[in-house]
Amino acid sequence: MEIKKTSLYQLHQNNKAKFVEFAGYQMPIQYSEGIVEEHKFTRNHSGIFDVSHMGQLFIYGDENLIEDLEKIFPLNLKDLQLNHSKYSFLMNDEAGIYDDLIVTKIAKGFLIILNAACKDNDFIILSKLLNNKYKMVLDENRSLIAIQGPKSVEILKDIIIGVEELSFMTGNWFLFEQQKIYITRSGYTGEDGFEISLPNNQVEKFTKKLIEKGAKLIGLGARDTLRLEAGLCLYGHELDKDKTPVEANLKWAISKERVSKGNFIGSDIINKQLNDGVSKIRVGIKPEGRVIAREKTKIFNQSDLYIGEITSGTFGPSVNGPVAMGYVENEFSKKDTKVFLEVRGKKHPANICGLPFYKKSYVKGANK
Amino acid sequence: MSEVKYSKEHEWIKLEGDVATIGITKHATEMLGDIVFTELPEKGSSVEKDGTAGVVESTKAASDVYTPVSGEVVDTNQTIVDDPSKINEDPEGAAWFFKLKMKDMSEMDTLMNKEEYDKFAKESAS
Repeated sequence: MEIKKTSLYQLHQNNKAKFVEFAGYQMPIQYSEGIVEEHKFTRNHSGIFDVSHMGQLFIYGDENLIEDLEKIFPLNLKDLQLNHSKYSFLMNDEAGIYDDLIVTKIAKGFLIILNAACKDNDFIILSKLLNNKYKMVLDENRSLIAIQGPKSVEILKDIIIGVEELSFMTGNWFLFEQQKIYITRSGYTGEDGFEISLPNNQVEKFTKKLIEKGAKLIGLGARDTLRLEAGLCLYGHELDKDKTPVEANLKWAISKERVSKGNFIGSDIINKQLNDGVSKIRVGIKPEGRVIAREKTKIFNQSDLYIGEITSGTFGPSVNGPVAMGYVENEFSKKDTKVFLEVRGKKHPANICGLPFYKKSYVKGANK
Repeated sequence: MSEVKYSKEHEWIKLEGDVATIGITKHATEMLGDIVFTELPEKGSSVEKDGTAGVVESTKAASDVYTPVSGEVVDTNQTIVDDPSKINEDPEGAAWFFKLKMKDMSEMDTLMNKEEYDKFAKESAS
C-alpha cells in the first residue's frame, strides 16, 4: 500500500523534519531542534501539530440520527449543545474499545474526530450500525492542525478574530480567506489550545501564518511525551479492543444518565464493571530513578509477583524524569503503592501515582 | 600521539598507553536524538569486544552501547549518568562513556580511521 502524505508534507520537509511511517502516513516525528526542545516550546510558548492523518467524519441527520448514535456512544447526545464536544468511545459488545474519539455537535449533524489507524474500520462499523441511513463523509479534502501551548490564543486570534471567546471543548465555524474553517478549543497535550479543520488547499498558507506569528512546528515525538505527561491515553497503547473504558479509568467520559438506562453497545459490561469493579485498571507509574520503563515492561509487586504491564513509558521533559502508564491488578492500583519494573533483567522501584504527571492549564471559560 | 578509531556500531575509541577511552560518535547522537538516560558498565568488570557495555536512551527508544575492544573497565563517566543531555552536547569530548585497560592491542587494527568512518556513517545514514 502506498504511503500517504498530508498537505503539509512539503512544509515539514522544508523545516527539516525527520519522517516516520504512522498509520499509513509519512509523518514528522521531529524537526531539527529535537523532541525535548519541541516539547518545552509547546509548554512555554506555542506548538503546531499536523494531525491531518486523523479522520474527520461528518454525519448528517435529524433527531433519528441522535437516537441512533445514542445506541452506539455512551453519551447524552440529546443534551449536547450546538458546537459542544465530548470525548467518547466506539465499543464492541464486550465494551472493548475500537477507537476513542471526539464527538462535536454541528448544525444538521455531528463531526467525529477519529484516530488515523482506526478511521477506515470505524467508518465500516458505523455505516453498518447506522444501516447506511445517513449521509456520512470521511472527509479527505480537509486537513487538521492543532495549535497548543499558552501563547496559542494570542497567536491564533491575530489571524482569526473571535477564537478567544471559545471555551474548552466548544467550537465554531470561522472564515479564513472566504473559506469555512472549523475551530475547537481542545487538544491532547495538557495545554490550552485549538484544533483547526480547514480545506487542504489552505492549510499550508494558514500554518505559515501561525509560524510568522511565532508558533513552531512540533513532531509526533513531542506530541507523545506531551500527552503522556498529561496522562492522556493513546489508542493502540492504553486503549484497544481488549480494554474497556472502565478499565482504562475513563468512566468520567461515560454519561451517568445513559449508564443507568443502558441500551448502548457494551452497556451491559460497563454497568457490570461499574457495579462490581474491574480486575485490572490503568494507572500512572513514576519510576524512582532515571530508568525508563517502555511499553511491555513487566510490573511486579513487593512479593515479586507479576501484576501488570506498562503501556507507554518515556522521559518527560517537563517532569524532568521518567513517566509511564500501564495496567495493574486492581488491588495494586492505589496511589503510592510500591511496584517494581523489570528493565533489561533488573527490577527497578517505582510508585503508582495520580495523573496527570504535569498539571493541565486548560481554559475553562473565555476571558472576558 | 593518541589515535582515534571508530566502530561500525558508532563508537569512538582513543588509545593512550594501554588504556582506551570509549564513547559514541556525533553521528550516533544525531541519529538517536535527545539522550535522556545512560547506563554504564561497572568499574572492575570485564567486557568483550562487540559485547554490550551500556545503554543509551533517547525520548524515542533504547539502544545498546557496544565495546569495540575487550578489556577491564577502569573508569566510568558519572557526569553523563547524572545529566545524559551532555552526550548530545559534546559526544566526542567531555561525554566519554568508559575507560578500558585493553587485553589485546591488535583489536585496534580491526577498527576504522576517521576518513573510513565518515564514509561509512554517510553511507549508513542514506
